[in-house]
Amino acid sequence: MILEGKVWRYGDNVDTDVIIPARHLNTSESKELAAHCMEDIDPAFAGNVQPGDIIVADRNFGCGSSREHAPVAIKASGITVVVADSFARIFYRNAINIGLPLLEIGEAVKHIKAGDKIRIDLSSGTVENVATGGVFKAQPLPGFIQDIAKAGGLVNYVKEAGG
Amino acid sequence: MGMTMTEKILARNAGLAAVEPGQLIKCKVDLVLGNDITSPPAIKEFNKIGRPIFDREKIVLVPDHFTPNKDIKSAEMAKTVREFAKQHEIVNYFEVGRMGIEHVLLPEVGLVAPGDVIIGADSHTCTYGAVGAFATGVGSTDMGAAMATGDTWFKVPSAIKVELTGVLPKWVTGKDVILTLIGMIGVDGARYQSLEFTGEGLASLTMTDRLTIANMAIEAGAKNGIFPVDAVTRAYIKGRVSKSFEEVEADADAVYAQVVTIDLNQLVPVVALPHLPENVRKVAEVPETTIDQVIIGSCTNGRIEDLEQAAQIMAGRSVHPVVRAIIIPGSQGVYLEAMQRGFIETFIKAGAVVSTPTCGPCLGGHMGILAAGERAVATTNRNFRGRMGHVDSEVYLSGPYVAAASAVLGRIATPEEVLA
Repeated sequence: MILEGKVWRYGDNVDTDVIIPARHLNTSESKELAAHCMEDIDPAFAGNVQPGDIIVADRNFGCGSSREHAPVAIKASGITVVVADSFARIFYRNAINIGLPLLEIGEAVKHIKAGDKIRIDLSSGTVENVATGGVFKAQPLPGFIQDIAKAGGLVNYVKEAGG
Repeated sequence: MGMTMTEKILARNAGLAAVEPGQLIKCKVDLVLGNDITSPPAIKEFNKIGRPIFDREKIVLVPDHFTPNKDIKSAEMAKTVREFAKQHEIVNYFEVGRMGIEHVLLPEVGLVAPGDVIIGADSHTCTYGAVGAFATGVGSTDMGAAMATGDTWFKVPSAIKVELTGVLPKWVTGKDVILTLIGMIGVDGARYQSLEFTGEGLASLTMTDRLTIANMAIEAGAKNGIFPVDAVTRAYIKGRVSKSFEEVEADADAVYAQVVTIDLNQLVPVVALPHLPENVRKVAEVPETTIDQVIIGSCTNGRIEDLEQAAQIMAGRSVHPVVRAIIIPGSQGVYLEAMQRGFIETFIKAGAVVSTPTCGPCLGGHMGILAAGERAVATTNRNFRGRMGHVDSEVYLSGPYVAAASAVLGRIATPEEVLA
């Protein structure tokens, strides 16, 4: 699957409190959450993000709270994939479970800037910066995690597996 | 090859003779936990699966974040959880009046035991490592799926051994130990790893210290934090835990990816400056910093010993006129004991407010939200931008002694400055 989009670029340790502040956690409706996504780190995000856009960040993206509302908000805002140097583990699990693809490409994120257009091949895990021509390879997902991703998330996977 | 405590517990619940770091396993869970924010989406996902719950005694539901309900939407979420608990005859549903902050409550009432595998849709579920359990935070979908299947998947974490030597000096608490460690290794220093605490220094750590330390393992990015089971643990769980359990001990030849040594004798009271828990400084070296609010409570420091420390500082003194001091006992049990021991009276006479148990202000929910430009010292666990309110407010993390001393002096202060 090929995804192509414009980059929203963030730094280290983007925590789930800035992705979706707790003052908005009195709902789990994805559209309501998306309206406040990234509000405390980038007030321009929710109003300007376009379907197909991509988030690129540095280390430890999604640290902090286990709120699944964070990847839900990102996905509902139209973001198709998040690329980072590294991800915090609960965010990583949650994103896989709700069907938001993530790619971990290490320090290669340094070669991607805000507004760049990047092209991602999820099956091979390659990230191409269309502007510069640079190509970066992500760590492949373990087979079992790929199965959850292919099923569209954990609930479908459990239903299909029946066990 | 020997295994760590975490590896041994995971291997046993996965039905395997051995596991190694990086291995993906399917693992039985002994307890599945959720709160008023994370349970409603979990219930939705659970209902999509269309199966009965796996065990009505092994699901714990604690509405503690926005309770007592702060607004209509929160009331609806709490109602969803209450009705689910009733429908499925969940044994361990804790209503307002009987509840507490989940990670204060569960150890107190004996629901977590050594050797357990526990998942909770709350990142501070790692608290239960203090009693020698493997406990980790997950999201709502994981919780929903586990309520149906009774199992979950894990990647076996590699381990960091935290070797503690020496004895905790006066005014230094578990909070200073964990903040010091996070200051050393950073907020992603243990990412995907287990923090395994060990060493002769454990002997001077109370169960409250250990619960505080394990609680903030997530703030170093860890999957879990875990303590060996010793005389302190056994004394704590005696009379609380009624189910059968099996203590697990790390093998002598267990393999650790890294060893960090902390000499407790060298520790001093510390504070984490905004906006990351890794921005740790000695309190004595922080330039004069005036404050507007103090919070003493939370799943990190809402236990009776924490309130005792705060009361010790506040007894016969007054909260500084410019400070709002908010004390939140972590459970009804803690509240009652604090009342019986006179701490509540001490706080009220000092000019502090005492609240019913709630996570409230820690996550910027209610009961003490900060305005733009305001600054709080809090015994909570996160000082991310906007965590306790306005995006331009600031949170300084400390233990109860420092928080209480700061409340009295109106600025970030050491206990010695108050008692001098």
